[in-house]
Amino acid sequence: MPAKRGSQQGTPGSDPLHEHDLAATDQTEPRIGLAAGELARSPPASIVSHALQALLALSSRETVKFLHQRGRLLSALVRPSLWLLIFAAGFRDVFGVAVIPPYSTYIEYQVYVVPGLLGIVLLFNGMQSSLAMVYDREMGLMRLLLTAPLPRSVLLTCKLLAGTFLSILQAYAFFAICALFRLDLPWWPALLLALPAMFLTGLMLGALGLLVSVYIKQIENFAGAMNFVIFPMFFLSPALYPLWKLQESGATVVYQLARFNPFTYGIDLIRYAMYGQMNWLACGVVVASLIVFLGLAIWGYDPQRGAVRHKRQGS
Amino acid sequence: MPASPLPEQAPLALAVEEVSKSYGSVKALDRVSLHVARGEFVALLGPNGAGKSTLFQLLTGLFVPDAGRIEVAGFDMRHQARRALACLGVVFQQPTLDLDLSVVANLRFHARLHGMGRGARARIDAELERIGLTARAKDRARALSGGNRRRVELARALLHDPVVLLMDEPTVGLDPASREQLVEYVHSLCTHRDVGVLWATHLVDEAESADRVIILHKGHWIASGTAAELRERTGKRSLRDAFLDLTGEASVVQEEAV
Repeated sequence: MPAKRGSQQGTPGSDPLHEHDLAATDQTEPRIGLAAGELARSPPASIVSHALQALLALSSRETVKFLHQRGRLLSALVRPSLWLLIFAAGFRDVFGVAVIPPYSTYIEYQVYVVPGLLGIVLLFNGMQSSLAMVYDREMGLMRLLLTAPLPRSVLLTCKLLAGTFLSILQAYAFFAICALFRLDLPWWPALLLALPAMFLTGLMLGALGLLVSVYIKQIENFAGAMNFVIFPMFFLSPALYPLWKLQESGATVVYQLARFNPFTYGIDLIRYAMYGQMNWLACGVVVASLIVFLGLAIWGYDPQRGAVRHKRQGS
Repeated sequence: MPASPLPEQAPLALAVEEVSKSYGSVKALDRVSLHVARGEFVALLGPNGAGKSTLFQLLTGLFVPDAGRIEVAGFDMRHQARRALACLGVVFQQPTLDLDLSVVANLRFHARLHGMGRGARARIDAELERIGLTARAKDRARALSGGNRRRVELARALLHDPVVLLMDEPTVGLDPASREQLVEYVHSLCTHRDVGVLWATHLVDEAESADRVIILHKGHWIASGTAAELRERTGKRSLRDAFLDLTGEASVVQEEAV
């Protein structure tokens, strides 16, 4: 056995674990340990600085992992690009988009779908990074997070911000693809003005993912989330066609459903922002949904909840 | 339920008092009390289903107990959760390293979650050196053997210099040599770093060398004492027989009570 261990660690025949604790513990080690320990523990590090460190930890982890996984990077860009190139190219003559706000002139169908496709980038990544926390493989991360000495609301918010940061990186990568295909977008203000709109929408969708991760145990894999959350939200929205088209064609139920879809307002917010306009209704719905989703998710992750649920069952 | 007496002046690393937890009608823990002093190695011995995992979920703040108190280094887990968690180091039963990240990135992640700031770097180096894996710091965790992954997890749990170290069946999946080494190493931590250790296991031989053994069975505290004391009390020759005797007896007592 020692030989096997030795070969793994490149120190043949020795027992590094033991050697070290004997050699190190008597002299320097405890001092270092204590000094750093004091630093870590007392006074309870300013919660703001601590929260920022946690945010940095989660963001860098998420981004590094994402960049390592080429497949994920590729599919995050290929997915909206396929919609843009194939779907939109095919339908450009079928759908005539009338001049509706925020547009002031006729626009190409490909231009119309861009905000919706930005939305799907945000939706997909928001769900993915929030739900990743509960998959078996990532279960470890959740347990680590929950034993970190920060309020759970702060941890969940950091996790949400980290996921949203990654969403926005992907959204800008998609902008780059749009530029590659020379889409007629209002480039200069759009790139900048879309940022706060995408940030809010990304937060809202990530918060929805967190909420789904708490309450819906049946969605155990991403396919489930695709079928029951992502696709319905995507299709019941003005991502692919303006909602008045639904109303006009008599699909009233679908139209009404789309009106109660928060994703609808996320897309509107981005669409208006890109053209330098503010859609207050969309903004209000997005912010309100964000608050509700995040609040419920934080409540769901509260350790007290187990007790509450038990009492209900027990009595 | 006879709770083990709490010595007032000793600095307790961990105190669990009269803790109960039920899932529906199943009582997973019934008024369990135990304590771990600084520098003490306490083995929590119990067959599968004894309530060890439930106890660890409560100790790590995943859930709150229905009744009772948990204190880490004097901080109440319910009301001073932040300070209590800051004094707690945990090695989970399931692997929790991110295999796609390097060893040092895994440790850095933890240091940031604990808000360790600039002190983190020196601590990471020191802990890696202690477990003899300095040379592998930049390797992806995936490249490490099972035994080495566990060591990194242990190093991570010690990074913020906890007062108490919780080990939840930490030797699952390790070969006998790594298992023995891990037990010995954690013993040395108690001696040299004054860490209180609560080591949950269903393997009697891991409990043999503990300063104290606590036996848990069907959610009940059954007995506590050194291996020698438990052998003496039951009149058995090995801790294993004493354990079987105590848990066997316990189930009879419980049936009578019901």
